[in-house]
Amino acid sequence: MIPLNLRYSRDHEWLTDDEIATVGITAFAADALGDVVFVDLPEVGTVTKAGDPCGEIESTKSVSEVYAPADGEIVEVNRALADDPGLINSDPYGAGWLYRVRVTGTPEVLDAAAYAALISPES
Amino acid sequence: MRRTALFDVHARLGASLTTFAGWTMPLRYGSDLAEHHTVRTAAGLFDLSHMGRIAVTGRNAAEFLDYALAGRLSTVKAGRARYTMLCHTTGGVLDDLVVYRLAEDRFLVVANAANAAMVRAVLGEHANGFAVEITDAGGSLIAVQGPHAVKVVGAGDDLPYYGIRPAEVAGRDVLLARTGYTGEDGFEIYCADADAEAVWDALAAGGAKPAGLACRDTLRLEAGMPLYGHELTVRTTPFHAGLGRVVALDKPDFVGAEALRRAAAEGTATVLTGLVTAGRRAPRAGHAVLDPVSGDRVGEVTSGAPSPTLGHPIAMAYVPPVFATPGTRLVVDVRGTREDAEVVALPFYRRSPQ
Repeated sequence: MIPLNLRYSRDHEWLTDDEIATVGITAFAADALGDVVFVDLPEVGTVTKAGDPCGEIESTKSVSEVYAPADGEIVEVNRALADDPGLINSDPYGAGWLYRVRVTGTPEVLDAAAYAALISPES
Repeated sequence: MRRTALFDVHARLGASLTTFAGWTMPLRYGSDLAEHHTVRTAAGLFDLSHMGRIAVTGRNAAEFLDYALAGRLSTVKAGRARYTMLCHTTGGVLDDLVVYRLAEDRFLVVANAANAAMVRAVLGEHANGFAVEITDAGGSLIAVQGPHAVKVVGAGDDLPYYGIRPAEVAGRDVLLARTGYTGEDGFEIYCADADAEAVWDALAAGGAKPAGLACRDTLRLEAGMPLYGHELTVRTTPFHAGLGRVVALDKPDFVGAEALRRAAAEGTATVLTGLVTAGRRAPRAGHAVLDPVSGDRVGEVTSGAPSPTLGHPIAMAYVPPVFATPGTRLVVDVRGTREDAEVVALPFYRRSPQ
């Protein structure tokens, strides 16, 4: 369920383990939001700091901020989300990715097991 | 957390569950947008067993409700229902209710889940001197909402809007009511807990698709229906909400009469209005409404969402009457971004005649 090859933030973002990392929100977060109808993403060139808000995801029910999972600079955003924000629900770890960031630091990321523990009902 | 008699059914269907008014309830079964569209175009199936149900019976039941509630329930015929409110002596709304008259001396009061215990207690406080008994009615409540509702239920086409009568669904004795909270044709079905699963299964087999509380909220918002805690609170009278018609001002005496007569005569400082915006970011409850000329805060959004049916954001807001004329341009502060808004008449959505 939770991809083992990704890293996670406590704010329910995932990122790949790359110099230029792809970032998205987890299936857990997407399920909690419900159907996404609008995504507001940072501009290319924006410098992000881990834990700071860098965008918004709006569903029919609510609005949630996207928190950067890493320090770095945005190099690409997923343009497909403008026309089809539902990709975040249908494929959160694939076509529903949010942006790519040139990573300069990851002060606090979790592995899949630690993230699974974070979202388990007992925690 | 309390569970309805249909909890296992929801779990089996893989519902996303949420906590609502002390109950564990299905938020959605899959896509809330798809569930919303199903109700607008076919038929959705809702478990509403968390709603409060209070039986008011006795020789003085009708005159008691005339006194305790805003409406004139004594003129409701057996087999019919009325939308009404329980108000404080200040005129503020304590809850909005649907009251069914089941017989001359027997009424069923349906309250919001979060308010059920309070409604029962307040009714009890007002009951002094009336030959009336107030008890929890219990049981399950299942709604079928949407243009296919009559076909799904296989009965009830004879029922007028806001009618209720005994019926048989899945071979079980139920009360079938033509009421709802979605802006569509449909039924609310009152049954015993032991019969709930059989009734649910029969309606699902008849073509109704399970629908959760998430789409119930966008459906009622499109239909311009108030939600307690948002459009209605103890700080608003029915007149603030544009629902003064539910108050029978000519009753000799009733709870809140003085305050409500004053609100009717003098008007209210703010009124509930519809707003539409063109941007993609929806106004949400609590957002400030601004005068576009001065930039001053003139009101507050009570509910808002991207409308699945209309394709743009819609919201309800309290603003002074001078800003409430349809066509008026306003601004909503959507988390720091100014979104242009236009006042429109409620409801946002009205179903086409059958």
